[in-house]
Amino acid sequence: MFSTYDTFSAPSFWQNGPSPGVIYNFPGSQTGNSHLFQHSQAPVTTATSIVAITFNKGVLIAGDMLGSYGSLARFRNCPRIMKVNDNVILGAGGDYADFQYVKDFIDQKVIDEQCLDDGFIMKPKSLYCWLTRIMYNRRSKFDPFWNNFVVGGLQDGEPFLGTIDKLGTSYEDKTICTGYGAYMATPLLRDAMDKNPNPTEQEARDLVNRCMEVLYYRDARSFPKYQLAVITADGVSIEGPLEVKQNWNLAHMIH
Amino acid sequence: MSSIGTGYDLSASQFSPDGRVFQVEYAVKAVENSGTVIALKGKDGVVFAVEKLVTSKLYEPGANRRIFNIDSHVGMIDSHVGMAVSGLIADARQIVEIARREAANYRAQYNVCIPLKYLNDRVSMYMHAYTLYSAVRPYGCSVILSSYDNVDGPQMYMIDPSGVSYGYYGCAIGKAKQSAKTEIEKLKLTNMSTKDLVKEAARIVYLVHDELKDKNFELELSWVCADSKGRHEKVPELVYAEAEKSAKQAMEADSDSDTEDM
Amino acid sequence: MSSRAPVLVENYAPSYGPHDWMTAPHSTGTSIMAAEFDGGVVIGADSRTTTGAYIANRVTDKLTRVTDNIYCCRSGSAADTQAIADIVSYHLNFHAMELGEKPLVNIGAAVFRELCYNYRDSLMAGILVAGWDKRNGGQVYSVPIGGMCVRQPVSIGGSGSSYVYGYVDANFKQGMTKEECVKFITNTLSLAMARDGSSGGVVRLGIITEEGIERRVVLGNELPKFYEG
Repeated sequence: MFSTYDTFSAPSFWQNGPSPGVIYNFPGSQTGNSHLFQHSQAPVTTATSIVAITFNKGVLIAGDMLGSYGSLARFRNCPRIMKVNDNVILGAGGDYADFQYVKDFIDQKVIDEQCLDDGFIMKPKSLYCWLTRIMYNRRSKFDPFWNNFVVGGLQDGEPFLGTIDKLGTSYEDKTICTGYGAYMATPLLRDAMDKNPNPTEQEARDLVNRCMEVLYYRDARSFPKYQLAVITADGVSIEGPLEVKQNWNLAHMIH
Repeated sequence: MSSIGTGYDLSASQFSPDGRVFQVEYAVKAVENSGTVIALKGKDGVVFAVEKLVTSKLYEPGANRRIFNIDSHVGMIDSHVGMAVSGLIADARQIVEIARREAANYRAQYNVCIPLKYLNDRVSMYMHAYTLYSAVRPYGCSVILSSYDNVDGPQMYMIDPSGVSYGYYGCAIGKAKQSAKTEIEKLKLTNMSTKDLVKEAARIVYLVHDELKDKNFELELSWVCADSKGRHEKVPELVYAEAEKSAKQAMEADSDSDTEDM
Repeated sequence: MSSRAPVLVENYAPSYGPHDWMTAPHSTGTSIMAAEFDGGVVIGADSRTTTGAYIANRVTDKLTRVTDNIYCCRSGSAADTQAIADIVSYHLNFHAMELGEKPLVNIGAAVFRELCYNYRDSLMAGILVAGWDKRNGGQVYSVPIGGMCVRQPVSIGGSGSSYVYGYVDANFKQGMTKEECVKFITNTLSLAMARDGSSGGVVRLGIITEEGIERRVVLGNELPKFYEG
């Protein structure tokens, strides 16, 4: 955005060669250069788990709306599930600034595609694969995007669900949870899917809502306000802010 | 033509003694050989209508479109931008590409859709730059830009090969621009709904089409308006069919009355 | 980075290894705030600049003009935030000339965001961007350390802010009048300054509306008093 090239000063008299009093690195040599030691960044404002599940006609993705600043619940209105197009939804956890950056990038990608006006729109596997490359590319520069992404959508009519982490590692599954959810919501969802491998939308909704409730009880970076995105052949709807329903009756049983 | 043989028309970087740049005037001629393009701005939207001349029956329908999307919105905050072109299609496509790049750059920097006024400035400047140097030739196309949003309402600009541009209520470029403009001037554009604009635009395209010189043409219709939720898009098939039908009826009624006169 | 670096709006946090984000941002040494009201925004800040524990300037103005209708409240390194504000100011002035109208507040926030995000590894800057434009009225955007950007009806920043989140949550109301909003901000900042050693001095205020900015100062000895036991 801002050029670092100084157009106003005169070029130095002695260019492209060794400067007096400075160690000279010959062109092409790989020896010590300070710019090789780029520090990998750390997340600052972070979002926690994403919970996602496929059902018979589509995919559900849920995530709360908290942007944590360390342990401070600082930003309580941070949507982090985006509609990519009528075929794809994307959920993200981790650094919120990185998510915004990637989101802007994807938005422009979608606009470019709409401009082509060829009747084709991006499918979830394409975005999933593209994100893998983006994430792996950045980790290879030791400067990863500090995010977990969950891509959901319909791939030629079939529900698709996949996730990518900050290293570019990825997998597809019928249920996916990131962050704390990977520890606490995944077992709940897998168990339910074993018993009922092809849930209806309502069954899937109940499962996801249950997961959000459990995560609210046990994840100290969670928040009771969340969004729920649903994608089916009818299109995308992002519902929310929804409220986690809570039950604290347990407290009365402690004496 | 007075310019031919004088030697002043060989380069865009040279004036003729009476202060003209012939290369630019030739570029305008290139536009005047092209199918007519009409743009109308009503109270809540802009409509494009293109008489796309089909020079061969071997083309697939829908090939070589002359209406393009430039920028579209994310969510409902931004406006869409559309462009209709007349003149050399290959030249026009390059202008489309430049406009898209400007829109993308603006969005990358400011995180909002580019204001049409600004986009028009940028694209005009770009086209004008091609009228200044001997190493390049001017663009042989005119383009019309349109957008709609809740705050600024409908907007429309036309840029010609010289790089000059104005905002318009209604404009026409291409072959039959004179007779099309005469028709447009009869309309009370500022009060018209987008649906009516579509019908009028289609009617005018059919009216000014020269059946003898150009046999086949495809009618392209697009709009960006409140009805389309701020999107620039091809008008829906139903609206298109209706507009085309009433345009053809108007033509028949016209030719009937002509024969009566005789 | 040494906490004895030249004049800072706030201290640099000492590094605590790879996970210093858990602790570092809390040690920012200032109190800043911005809130939307019916017809505009009110911005406010304390006036203390410290170098270590020494008060280098007790009457600092941390409310910085970006354009006539956009201001920012700076927290973090004084050098970084001043440089950023200067660049954004230049950029928006240029943009205003190109467009022939006043820049929108969200565009100002986007330019701040761009810089803070792209140079997040080298900058220490937590900025509140606030202003008024004819498209969206009064707006407040928060651009905290990592370089994200969110709009908030009310936002607080700097080390003093962590002591007054509760007060803000309890007392902020949407659609306040101008004077209600000024009172609310003065109270919040006074409370923050009373508890945060790195904040203090006077409360500087700016009220941005369609008419432009109105500046006010509440002197250190005239601040509202609360429980001091």
